[in-house]
Amino acid sequence: MTYAPGDRVRVSARSHQGHHRTPGYLKGRTGRVERVRGSFTDPETSAYGGDGRPERRLYLVGFAQTELWPGYPGAATDRLLADVFEHWLEPA
Amino acid sequence: MHDHDHDHAPITSDGEPPAAVRARALERLLVRRGVVSAEDVREGIDWLVSRTPADGARLVARAWIDPEFRLRLLADARAAALETGLDPGSAPVVVAVENTPEVHHMVVCTLCSCYPRALLGPPPAWYKSLAYRSRAVSDPRGVLAEFGLELPAHVELRVLDSTADVRYLVIPARPPGTEGMSEDELAALVTRDSMIGVAQPVAPAAASA
Amino acid sequence: MHDRGGWHDHSPIDRSEHELADWELLVDALVGSLDRRGVMNVDELRRGIESMPAEAYERASYYERWLSSVETILLEKGVLAPGELDAEVRTG
Repeated sequence: MTYAPGDRVRVSARSHQGHHRTPGYLKGRTGRVERVRGSFTDPETSAYGGDGRPERRLYLVGFAQTELWPGYPGAATDRLLADVFEHWLEPA
Repeated sequence: MHDHDHDHAPITSDGEPPAAVRARALERLLVRRGVVSAEDVREGIDWLVSRTPADGARLVARAWIDPEFRLRLLADARAAALETGLDPGSAPVVVAVENTPEVHHMVVCTLCSCYPRALLGPPPAWYKSLAYRSRAVSDPRGVLAEFGLELPAHVELRVLDSTADVRYLVIPARPPGTEGMSEDELAALVTRDSMIGVAQPVAPAAASA
Repeated sequence: MHDRGGWHDHSPIDRSEHELADWELLVDALVGSLDRRGVMNVDELRRGIESMPAEAYERASYYERWLSSVETILLEKGVLAPGELDAEVRTG
């Protein structure tokens, strides 16, 4: 499943033992694809001696802060953006 | 829970942390066995100490003066850096993001300490601290207040968590009263903290005070 | 333990500047050299840090974590033999 800017996506809430770069505070959260970053080596395999191939697609995904944190003390329009791998995203 | 973290190893009685002794022993061992070369390690140290925020500041100043360069910097930060004689390398990818009257960016790496070292040098200790990493995402305006920066409520605060092989350089907003300043003069106003997004650049009156 | 986003940490951010000590620059450069030689990559460095016991992670300084990780990974890969670094510390 590939995504394009504007797509609503949910970050998988699956548990993953071992090295991965999807922060816990984003798991299960819904956001919007802002940019397609391209393909990068997969840290989940290169962290264990692999060469990180096949590469995985990476996206800049944006989230409303008020949807990430109960009682978020900032402005309603504040956003949080993170680079998330395609295999951690689902259509929302 | 441990309520502070520190960036420095405890000092032993002879003034040197055990880690220092261990690090040097590791280097000796690895060099002796040919796993790494002493020359390569020296060059690595030279590179680390040669990178400073002045490199990033030059990019910002040029972007402030030259609208076409600004567009090139936003489109491809590495290509733009190469124009100034600086090569941040192909990996990790550096992306420049621009502050405007409506949007302010702030950068963090909640998972470790990813930082655009090739353009700014080593990150400050606070950037790597557990306190910053935890609160920059959940209470960024509170963190900015600690840094003495209060953003108006109508400004969208965008926090960028550097979770993958992309590093972010913030192009802060050009301060008012800087018309006619040279690139060097402008670069002197661009602080490291303004390129991380926890501060604004220095105002010209303050700089000349 | 390493996945800190959103943790409740109300300690003030210590903004004092710290010059990197020589040994810290050395550790950083060693990691770079190991990476260039294809011995250990940065994803392995991160994985090694993340595998530290929680108490050790919190107690260690930034570059102590790096050093600990390098030892862990190099031991795992057989580049270092168990006890070899301790011996070098004693005799070096």
